[in-house]
Amino acid sequence: VKEEMTGRHTLAATHIAVAITAFGVASAMGALQALSIADVQFPLRSESFYYLAVTAHGVLMALVFTTFFIMGLGYVFSQETLGRIAGRGAAWGAFWLAAAGSVMAAVTILRGQSTVLYTFYPPLQAHPLFYIGATLLVVASWIWGGVMIASYRSWRREHPGVPVPLAIHGMLATIIIWYLATAGLAVEVVGMLIPWSLGLVDTIDPLLARTFFWWFGHPLVYFWLLPAYVLWYYVLPQVAGGRLFSDGLARMVFILFVLLSTPVGFHHQFADPGISSGWKLIHTVTTYAVLYPSLVTAFTVIASLEVAGRMKGAKGLFDWIERLPWADPFFASVALAMIAFAFGGFGGAINAAYAMNAMVHNTAWIQGHFHVTLGTTVALSFMGATYWLLPRLIGRDLRLVPLARIQPYLWFGGMTLFSTSYHIAGLRGMPRRVYSGLLAGEHGASWQSLTVVAAVGGTILFLSALAFLIVVVATWTAGRRIPPPAFEFATALRPPAAAGLWDRFGLWTVVAILLVALAYVYPLVTLLTHPRYGSPRFQPF
Amino acid sequence: MQVELYERIWMWAAGGIIVLFLGAIALGAALQAIAPPGHLETVDPTALAEHAEFASPAVTTRDDGTIVVPVVASMFAFSPDPIEVPANRPVTFRVTSADVMHGFQVVGTNANVMAVPGYVTRFTVTFPRPGEYLIACHEYCGILHHNMVGKLVVK
Repeated sequence: VKEEMTGRHTLAATHIAVAITAFGVASAMGALQALSIADVQFPLRSESFYYLAVTAHGVLMALVFTTFFIMGLGYVFSQETLGRIAGRGAAWGAFWLAAAGSVMAAVTILRGQSTVLYTFYPPLQAHPLFYIGATLLVVASWIWGGVMIASYRSWRREHPGVPVPLAIHGMLATIIIWYLATAGLAVEVVGMLIPWSLGLVDTIDPLLARTFFWWFGHPLVYFWLLPAYVLWYYVLPQVAGGRLFSDGLARMVFILFVLLSTPVGFHHQFADPGISSGWKLIHTVTTYAVLYPSLVTAFTVIASLEVAGRMKGAKGLFDWIERLPWADPFFASVALAMIAFAFGGFGGAINAAYAMNAMVHNTAWIQGHFHVTLGTTVALSFMGATYWLLPRLIGRDLRLVPLARIQPYLWFGGMTLFSTSYHIAGLRGMPRRVYSGLLAGEHGASWQSLTVVAAVGGTILFLSALAFLIVVVATWTAGRRIPPPAFEFATALRPPAAAGLWDRFGLWTVVAILLVALAYVYPLVTLLTHPRYGSPRFQPF
Repeated sequence: MQVELYERIWMWAAGGIIVLFLGAIALGAALQAIAPPGHLETVDPTALAEHAEFASPAVTTRDDGTIVVPVVASMFAFSPDPIEVPANRPVTFRVTSADVMHGFQVVGTNANVMAVPGYVTRFTVTFPRPGEYLIACHEYCGILHHNMVGKLVVK
C-alpha cells in the first residue's frame, strides 16, 4: 500500500524536482547580479556574464521554475481531489518535452548564444534553439492543460451537477488564462521569431512582436499567481486550523481572472509608439479592474485565518493573529507571501497608472516590483507548498525543520531590503538591468548606496534559497520514511450545494475570448495596415 | 450565493477604490491632457543615414515657435548629444532607433519612452528647471547597455 501511495505522485514529484533545480541555479545567478549592480568585484564578473546571468535568471525563474512547479501542483490536485490523472502517458510525454525544451534553451543561454533576456525583444536575435526550446516548454504545458481538462471531464461525467473541487476550479481558470495568453506568444515565436532566426525571413517588426509578447506577458503573471491563490484558499485555512470563509466568492475571483487577465497588455507598452493613447487608456481600465479579484481575495483569505484563530479560542480584535501557526514553514511562507503582495499590489497600481507610469517605466522600481510579486508572493508560496507537499508526495519526514522554519523569514527580510532599495532607486531614475549602477562611470551618486543595500538583500535571499535547497535535498535523500500524511484541504464555512454559474467554464471562456478580441483586434489591424519597415537581426552580446 | 455583510462592505469599498483611481487618471487625461505617446509613424531603420530629419538630428525651432528634438538611439549612444533646450517651453521629442530597441529616459523628469526601430515615438515635455540632466538608456540593448548615456542641458 505504501509503495502505491507514494508511486501515485511520482509524476508530480518529478516536476517539482525539476522546478526546484531551476530555482537553485537561478538563485545563484540572481545574487551575482545584485553584487554586479552594486559594483562589488568578484572573479566571474564581466559585462557578458552579467547580461547572460540576467537572461538565465529570468528564463529559469519566470518560465522553467514556475511552469514545472505549476504542472506538478496541478497533478497533485487532480489526483487528490478528482481521484485521477486522465492520460498519464501524455503527461509523462509532456514532462520530457518540457525538460528537453528547457535544456535546449538553457544550453544556448549558458553558451552565451542567447543573451536576449527573458523578454527576448527583437531585433535582438537569440540562437534558434532558444526559441524552439521555449516553444517545446509551452507546447508541453498545453498538453498538461489537456490532461487536466480531460481529468476534470472524466470526473464530471461521474459527478453531474456537483460543484468542482475549488482547487480544480482554480487550476482550470489558470489553464484557460494560459491558453489565451500563449496564443499571443505562439504568434510571436512561431509566426515571427523562429522563421527569422532560421533565416527564412530577413527582417522582423519589433513593435508587432513586442505587442504579441505583452499579450502573453501580463496574463503570464496570473498563470503564476492563481496556483498560489489556490494554495491560499484551499490549503492555507486547513493548515491554520480554520475554514474557508467564502467558497462562492473564491470561484467568482477565479472567473474574474479568466475574464480580465489578458485584455490588459498595453499597460506594459505605455511608453511605446504606434498604439494610440485611447487604447492605452482602455487597457488601463481593464488593468485596474483586475485588481478587484485580488482585493476580494485579501478579504476572504484573511477572514479564513481569523476563523482559524477564533476556533483556537481567540476573543479579542487582533489576538487571533498570534494564535496562527507562525512556526509552521508552510503557514509562515504563505502568510509572508500575502503581506508582500499587499505592497506589490500598490506598486502595480502605480505601474498601471497611464501617466504616472512615466516616472517608473523601465527603472529599478520595476525589478523591485516584480520581486515582491513574482519573487515573493509566488515564489515564497511555492517554497512553502514544497514543505507541505514533500512528505505527502515522497513519504519522507521533513528534515532540518528548524532551518525550514527560519527560511521564509530570511527570504522576507532579504526581499524587504532588496526590493525597497530598488523601488527608491527607480524613483530616483536608476535604469533597470544594468551591469553597473554607476552606468558609464559617474552617474550613480543618488542611488549607489541603495544598490549596496540591495546587494546585501540579494545575499540574504541567496542564503534563504540555499536553506530551502538544503532542506529539500536532505528530506528527499535522508528523510525518515513515513506513511505519507493524508492531503487535507480546507472546507468552506458554507459549502456550495450545487455547481452554479461560476462553474460554467465554457461560457466564461467564450466571454474571455470576446474581451481579448475587443482589446486587441482594432489596434492590431491599425498597426498591420500601416506601412511598416522590418529590422534586420542584431547580436551585440 | 450568500455574501456576509462585512464582505459586502469590503467589496463595495474595493470597487470604490478602483473607480477613484480610474477617475483620477481620466480627469488628468481629459483636463490636463496627460497622456502617454500614442501616434503611429514609421521610418525605415536601415535608411536613417539618408533620412532628412534623422541623418544628422538637431534641435530645431519651427516657424510656429515649437521646439522639435529628433533623437536617434543606437548602440551605445544618443544623437544629438548633448541636447540643448530652453526651460519652461514645450519641447517635442521624436525618438527612433537605428538598430535594436532602446530606452530614452531623462532622469528626474517625465521624459521616459521607448526607442523602437522602424517607429517614431513622439511626446512633448516642458522642463521647468534649468540644469544638466542625465539621459539613460533603460532597455537592454547589448553588452555595453549600461554605458549608453547622454546629456540634456536645459537653459
